[in-house]
Amino acid sequence: MTTTVVRTRADAVAERLPSAFGIGLQRGALELRQFFRQRDQVVFTFAFPVVFLFLFASIFSDDVEGAGITASQLYVPAMMAAGIMSTSFQSLGISIAIERDEKVLRRLRGTPMPPAAYFLGKIWLVLVTGLMETAVLLLVGTTLYDVDLPSDATRWFHFAWIFVLGLTACALLGIAISSVPKSGKSATSVVVLPFLVLQFISGVYIAIDTIPGWMLNIGALFPLKWMCQGLRGVFLPDSARVLEQAGDWEFGRIALVLGAWCVGGLALCLLTFRWKNRRDG
Amino acid sequence: MTAHANELAVDVRGLRKQYGDVTAVDGIDLGIGRGEVFGLLGPNGAGKSTTVEILQGHRGRDAGEVSVLGADPANGTRAWRSRVGIVWQDESAPAELTVRETVRHFARYYPRPRDPEEVIGLVGLEGKAGSRIKALSGGQRRRLDVALGVIGGPELLLLDEPTTGFDPAARRQFWELIRALAEEGTTILLTTHYLEEAEALADRLAVVTAGRIVAEGRPAALRERYGTEATVEWTEPDGAPRSERTDTPTRTVAALMRRFDGEIPGLRVSRPTLEDVYLRLTGQEDAR
Repeated sequence: MTTTVVRTRADAVAERLPSAFGIGLQRGALELRQFFRQRDQVVFTFAFPVVFLFLFASIFSDDVEGAGITASQLYVPAMMAAGIMSTSFQSLGISIAIERDEKVLRRLRGTPMPPAAYFLGKIWLVLVTGLMETAVLLLVGTTLYDVDLPSDATRWFHFAWIFVLGLTACALLGIAISSVPKSGKSATSVVVLPFLVLQFISGVYIAIDTIPGWMLNIGALFPLKWMCQGLRGVFLPDSARVLEQAGDWEFGRIALVLGAWCVGGLALCLLTFRWKNRRDG
Repeated sequence: MTAHANELAVDVRGLRKQYGDVTAVDGIDLGIGRGEVFGLLGPNGAGKSTTVEILQGHRGRDAGEVSVLGADPANGTRAWRSRVGIVWQDESAPAELTVRETVRHFARYYPRPRDPEEVIGLVGLEGKAGSRIKALSGGQRRRLDVALGVIGGPELLLLDEPTTGFDPAARRQFWELIRALAEEGTTILLTTHYLEEAEALADRLAVVTAGRIVAEGRPAALRERYGTEATVEWTEPDGAPRSERTDTPTRTVAALMRRFDGEIPGLRVSRPTLEDVYLRLTGQEDAR
């Protein structure tokens, strides 16, 4: 008799476990609350790409020959792409490494929280912060550097999927790279160096027609180059297409590369994610 | 889930764990009944934490059978995790959140959590419920750790060195908390290197040293079994202190009385404390 009673109770517990999606939403709200309470982090996260946009777009402002745009205009979509990557790849790569080091992850693993809820929470966090970052850069770009908001629905549609796929791919890569640093202290250096290199070879700081082809080809293996290219396609006039390697925006190829990175990044996360530090066994 | 109401909450046989060349756990057997408070006592590095981490499901083992609430912790499901509460030795909590936000949030992970306000009261943090965690003292953080460990209403609570770094008053308060939880019927396993803590809280305790259990039983029984010898101390007429260990202290005192013909200078008869027993068992006797 006792056996039956206990078994029923255990089953009832299994049935009443809260859903991963629901907890994921709760975690997202919690992550955002934590993020916005660290005021210096908020200011620097959002200010960084804005300051860089201001510097580059003000220093390099000449007309680009034969493309019908100014160099300043080129920097607006480029910094937007970098901003998306910094709020996803960089912030997750660093913060998860620290959470692992400080045993926040281990504590979560000791509760019945489904692992997917943790990742959902992070996705909500980067979605909101990424949108805010993009909005700020767009505001600066349209008011100071003559970038026009797209007038047709097709371009807005391109913008939406480039944002979502780019953000997702970079977030997954950020989760994956968080397992590389040995401690929370080294996380910033480990994450920032590859991000900086990618920004140089993907056409963020330096126009793509100035970068050597072989560097550009390495950059083309990663999402950032395609995010920059796609956002140029959304926010620059078609006359600027001549500046691209292929002489075209290549939206189809961009979708393919970013989509592939989402799938590959997910696989990488599932294979490499650790709840504990290496030295904790 | 094949749980029986009368089975042991924790059933461990022949547990072994190596780290490289070091054997951390060297054949431990443990049986903890439901509702029992069990103390795992031993010096640092004796293998207590490793044992508890294996029970939590956070560390693999090299050999042995382990059953915690009827399941192998190595394949713990979400339902199983919801029945086990954990308080680690070194914890950290989200610094920017308040106590109340954190406890409420953790409650959402569980199928039938306790009332967050009640749990905050249970650990004595009512006055700090609205404070950010970064503003709490070490002892207050530890109480928050316990709150998060019990918020799911666990059947089994695993506490690893819960009071390390506490001042004596905070430690007493903490003991009251553990007693209150035990009263509610929670099975509790705690590790400690404070003997008085094990004696004050545990129904039964096991002394662990170098990865093995060297003694196990009720605290009073341990004292009796390993500490029958009494020590008789006195002072010789020339002022030299003397002492003698004996199983028959009365006889020794009677002999002294005849020798001194009356009052024996500096007489003291003492039974070993549990601490003496513990130090002898763990081979640290010389440390005194």
